[in-house]
Amino acid sequence: MVDLVVAPMLVVARDLTKIYILGDTELRALDGVSLTVVQGEFVAIMGPSGSGKSTLMNMLGCLDRPTSGTYTLDGQEVSRLSRGHLAEMRNRTIGFVFQSFNLLARTSAIENVELPLVYAGLGRRERRERARVALESVGLGGRLDHRPSQLSGGQQQRVAIARAIVNRPKMIFADEPTGNLDTKTSVDVMALFQTLWRAGLTIVYVTHEPDVARYASRIVIVRDGKIVSDTKQEPLIAEIAA
Amino acid sequence: MNLINVMPIAFTALMRNKTRSFLTALGVIIGVASVISMVAVGEGAKARVSGVFAAMGTNMLIILSGSTSTGGVSGGFGSMPTLTWEDLRAIRNQAPAVRWAAPAQTTKVTIAAEDQNWTTSITGTSPEFFDVRNWVIDRGSLFGDSDLQAATKVLVVGATVSDKLFGPGSDPIGRTVRIRAVPFLIVGLLQRKGQSPMGTDYDDAAFVPVETFQNQIQGGLQNYIAGIIVVSAISAEDTGRAQSEITSLLRDRHHLGPKDDDDFNIRNLTEMANAQQQGTQTLTALLAAIAVVSLVVGGIGIMNIMLVSVTERTREIGVRMAVGAKPWHVLAQFLAEAVTLSMIGGLIGIVLGSVIARVVAGRLGWTYSPRVDMILLSFGFSALVGVGFGLYPARKASRLDPIEALRYE
Repeated sequence: MVDLVVAPMLVVARDLTKIYILGDTELRALDGVSLTVVQGEFVAIMGPSGSGKSTLMNMLGCLDRPTSGTYTLDGQEVSRLSRGHLAEMRNRTIGFVFQSFNLLARTSAIENVELPLVYAGLGRRERRERARVALESVGLGGRLDHRPSQLSGGQQQRVAIARAIVNRPKMIFADEPTGNLDTKTSVDVMALFQTLWRAGLTIVYVTHEPDVARYASRIVIVRDGKIVSDTKQEPLIAEIAA
Repeated sequence: MNLINVMPIAFTALMRNKTRSFLTALGVIIGVASVISMVAVGEGAKARVSGVFAAMGTNMLIILSGSTSTGGVSGGFGSMPTLTWEDLRAIRNQAPAVRWAAPAQTTKVTIAAEDQNWTTSITGTSPEFFDVRNWVIDRGSLFGDSDLQAATKVLVVGATVSDKLFGPGSDPIGRTVRIRAVPFLIVGLLQRKGQSPMGTDYDDAAFVPVETFQNQIQGGLQNYIAGIIVVSAISAEDTGRAQSEITSLLRDRHHLGPKDDDDFNIRNLTEMANAQQQGTQTLTALLAAIAVVSLVVGGIGIMNIMLVSVTERTREIGVRMAVGAKPWHVLAQFLAEAVTLSMIGGLIGIVLGSVIARVVAGRLGWTYSPRVDMILLSFGFSALVGVGFGLYPARKASRLDPIEALRYE
């Protein structure tokens, strides 16, 4: 209770379900998931493939709407918002990091990072400045004008993280952020997430690797569209390889 | 993102694939270029036609005498003289829409100078004739009313006649030539007028006072005019009025009953010019229509490529949506790309079309007159083509589902 008073609840999901109709069979990707995340948490969602963890992530990240249930993000009920308002939530309140980076090809790192600010309606000069600061904070201050094809996988993911934080969101959602990276680079990326977390960001990420989940302060395990376990843990400190 | 920075974003996106952007715009370039050049060529043709008719005369009507009708065989107009000198006087004085009227009696003669002779058409007329024909004297002077009354043997020649008799560019004023052994003094040289629509050389002609003509060259018919009357209406709009005034005047004077046919014939050159003008205009409209069709085809080309582009860039659209692009942002971006393509295509087309029109006009010796309204119109139309044919692909892009779009390979 003490925690709740001090830290506001950012994510309050109640009985989320998502049903896909495939021909005449019903696929329950989410089957009544309730989840609360308070500010300052660093949550790993685990589960085997097909467990519904990615569907849950898309839902929490405002990319998808539930079939039923309610979802309040930062005090706002979003499960019934229009596409335009969902876009606004994705732009202002959260940052999203993907497994496959999802940077725009043939577009420089700084322009990629500027993208959310373009849709936030910021002027050109301010966009540049904030994108530059964000890239410096992820250690890519010297690669502003590199294109994704000129960057390594770890660097591309750091550009994506800079893009996720550039509009100063309250939360970051990451879907298998280390899935396309080797072990050493994965640790680097997790170290970066831990730095951001310590600086006050709330982070929720999906992974299927127990090693990667150890860096979180809480592990939620999803199986067959349901949460089967939810435990807090002392996070392992990720150390950047020398 | 707002509407001010959507254009630069679209431009940047297009510059990432220059070859394709150019090929896409090519349809619009060709469309606009053909609109501009076709219309300019049409305008040139029109200007030329009006120039030709202006050379024939100012707001001109020609009155021919009537036809004979003996035993059921009708002769052509002019086969029987019905117009009298009194008629001419009446037309001059009693038809308010008539500015000038002059008789014209023409035949072929051989004019002999010292060492050259030249066969040409000679016309007996009055000074008003030159006003009607809008023909100015280049050197010397016209004959006046006193020459008419005294039937003086003076001659006004066209430039070709002067060239043939005395050599090109020489001054014929004051020289004496002989027509049917009678000496004539050349008092005036007319300004060069060029060719008629049928290719006749206007400048191959000579003119004498009508009295002189009847005395020395071809006898007259006493009361009747053995030729035509040329008339100039007070303005181009009044040629119809002049025609009806002259018709009723002449019918009255010739005592024709309501059932009788006219015993004269009036040709309205302005109407002929207008008919010709309409012909050119129809042609211009036809050419412009073809050009517009090619512009529409260009627009379909844009739609085609934009649709391919939306499919190809599905993932990009997904990324943009994931970081906060609203559906209308995506719509605006793709629409702006289509409009930018078509407007740049339009601009290039305008330049290209103007160059083509200039070259064509130069080759044909026409004057090239750029039509600003057509340039603005085709530019606006090409922008409209961009909006029209860009809307469908842009809507398609804006309705993509972000998750599906991100998953697209």
